[in-house]
Amino acid sequence: MKRLLTLLAVLTIGGSQVAFANPDLQKIIDDPNQWAIQTGDYANQRYSKLDQINKGNVGKMQVAWTFSTGVLRGHEGSPLVIGDMMYVHSPFPNTVFALDLSKEGQIVWKYEPKQDADVIPVMCCDTVNRGVAYADGKIFLHQADTTVVALDAKTGKVVWSVKNGDPKKGETNTATVLPVKDKIIVGISGGEFGVRGSVTAYAMADGKLLWRGYSMGPDSDTLIDPEKTTHLGKPVGADSGLNTWEGDQWKIGGGTTWGWYSYDAEENLIYYGSGNPSTWNPSQRPGDNRWSMTIFARDADTGVAKWVYQMTPHDEWDYDGINEMILTEQDMDGKARKLLTHFDRNGFGYTLDRVSGELLVAEKYDPAVNWATEVVMDPKSDQYGRPQVVAQYSTEQNGEDVNSTGICPAALGTKDQQPAAYSPKTQLFYVPTNHVCMDYEPFRVSYTAGQPYVGATLSMYPAPGSHGGMGNFIAWDGKEGKIKWSLPEKFSVWSGALATAGDVVFYGTLEGYLKAVDSETGKELYRFKTPSGIIGNVMTYTHGGKQYVAVLSGVGGWAGIGLAAGLTNPNEGLGAVGGYAALSDYTALGGTLTVFSLPN
Amino acid sequence: MTRRLSALPTSLAALALFASSATAQDAAKADNITAASNENGRYYTADGVPTFNIAPDGTMDWMTYSGFRRYHSECHVCHGPEGEGSSYAPALKNSAIDMDYYDFVDVVTNGRKKVSASQNSVMPSFGQNANVMCYLDDIYTYLKARGSGALPRGRPGKKEPKSDAIRQAEADCLGN
Repeated sequence: MKRLLTLLAVLTIGGSQVAFANPDLQKIIDDPNQWAIQTGDYANQRYSKLDQINKGNVGKMQVAWTFSTGVLRGHEGSPLVIGDMMYVHSPFPNTVFALDLSKEGQIVWKYEPKQDADVIPVMCCDTVNRGVAYADGKIFLHQADTTVVALDAKTGKVVWSVKNGDPKKGETNTATVLPVKDKIIVGISGGEFGVRGSVTAYAMADGKLLWRGYSMGPDSDTLIDPEKTTHLGKPVGADSGLNTWEGDQWKIGGGTTWGWYSYDAEENLIYYGSGNPSTWNPSQRPGDNRWSMTIFARDADTGVAKWVYQMTPHDEWDYDGINEMILTEQDMDGKARKLLTHFDRNGFGYTLDRVSGELLVAEKYDPAVNWATEVVMDPKSDQYGRPQVVAQYSTEQNGEDVNSTGICPAALGTKDQQPAAYSPKTQLFYVPTNHVCMDYEPFRVSYTAGQPYVGATLSMYPAPGSHGGMGNFIAWDGKEGKIKWSLPEKFSVWSGALATAGDVVFYGTLEGYLKAVDSETGKELYRFKTPSGIIGNVMTYTHGGKQYVAVLSGVGGWAGIGLAAGLTNPNEGLGAVGGYAALSDYTALGGTLTVFSLPN
Repeated sequence: MTRRLSALPTSLAALALFASSATAQDAAKADNITAASNENGRYYTADGVPTFNIAPDGTMDWMTYSGFRRYHSECHVCHGPEGEGSSYAPALKNSAIDMDYYDFVDVVTNGRKKVSASQNSVMPSFGQNANVMCYLDDIYTYLKARGSGALPRGRPGKKEPKSDAIRQAEADCLGN
């Protein structure tokens, strides 16, 4: 059952110098003084080599300066810092500011897209945007209305603009984009609107559409090779994205691609996960629903899938597979291997060989997870790689119009998009988690383009028999598959973590605290209450020889919807007084960047 | 005030036409909560506005129970659980009490935009969405039950059975 990693040495390659990579961008990514890409680096490790701020002095950190975005909705993602310039983005209307750090943050240019406000109500879970990307002297933004723009980084003028989707069909965007070589890779949102998910590559120079790979449909749409594309080592066969669906259901199949993407320049593969199949009522879509809930490895130049792994076949709980794919290099059984670690919504932490797609580890990273007992690891079993579903928590087996109770995790998962960090120094993953369970009742719904296509009633509440709070910030040892330490939090931890060579790990809380903890022990070293709940990602950079830590505040996202009013446990019966803490008792809307540094 | 009636069940359409008069204003100030009549499992106030009914032993009418499910399928995603509101969308348990029934129906059917320098609030129009319009009265009575304090948070328990008249109206509306 348990497969332990026996490691002799740990190497991480945050972004290797390979001939095919975009060398200018790679150089900036490798410079710890800058923060050139939302994920910190192509490996999505969110680790900084900066150590001017360290565990000895972080307790003296202070606010250095602040900046208001002028927008009040959920602020996800983070700024980028390239040289003297900081690029800050906002939720809808997706304003982009270019601030000159050598002139005290003066706004050099501002890009204010004009978007039809009718896109707002087709964004299921707040109007967030996970930030801009930089490459080749251009800033790239994927707007809520699916317009992808390339802006001149010096002037903010639009160099090119293309439309990736159609909000009238429920297609929107909340994600950042991945700049790879001479291409921009973008995803799409709308799994709750029956959107068929896809990943598209546009030419960085002029926005020409180069390739698009859908999450389901015929092989020509999914860019899958029946003989060469493998799933757990075996070729997937013809039209796998069709024959695991009934009738035409695949056309509104979901599997959207709104999470974080990573890239291995040596293999030339981009890695990402697909979201839930559409609808939330599993009886309306019999079959494994490939390739929803899947980890994809696609060739960056052609889009063809090299391998896939579906984590939750025939989903019954909305456990989107879109969380980040963290790339590390570690020794296993004396051999150096290139790994991919993924903390899925479904509560399992997966480690795979990212070259071949071999499944190495699948362990629960929250003991409360109960919808499945295990993932079968025996390659000879016909259940190889499949989670073993517990009938009591199967919303399909219990049936439509039946309330399945006590399922852990809730649909928002043991971890949602909020990205974890990895420290090569401690060899630990730092994971912001949710500790919430649910009742889930599916029922029949009909599809109309541009309208929600959900089909389930959910009640969510903190994991019973636990510390009573709704979140934990954990240090996860990937070698042993164990939690090293766990910091309980009143609310789910919804920010992206940052690990540094200064032996400090940073994260933000939904009440608005920026916290710094010791990377080995988890001991809290610093906290500061920013103006609003934090759902952004902590980042760090230097300017004028001084290190800064920055994070966006602005409560929202799914946390602002599901947790604002507090949760009650329906199984405690009607009239349970008080329930659990309401986020609205701790914070209100905001939109501020807070930047910290050590005192002079 | 023009209303888009194409997707509304016929009984609701009749009530909407009836309300376009001065007496509708007075009716809104009258008791909008107490059930005065019962028609095949659906309860109405003295002015014919849909409302909830919870018996002393806690048994609630079918529509209020149905509204719990339908609210969470269609409205929860912006308005939070149980009509309690989210960081950006109002608590509808209060809207159902504070607003006139016909205004409530109008906003759901036609949508409402509040876009300015300080906010981007857009309520979409659900007039063409059968999953909402066929259950709008259910959602409304559920929210009124919540807002009036008669129904606490949590999953509703005892309920009246679904009457044949309600079943038929649902089938007619969904076109199944």
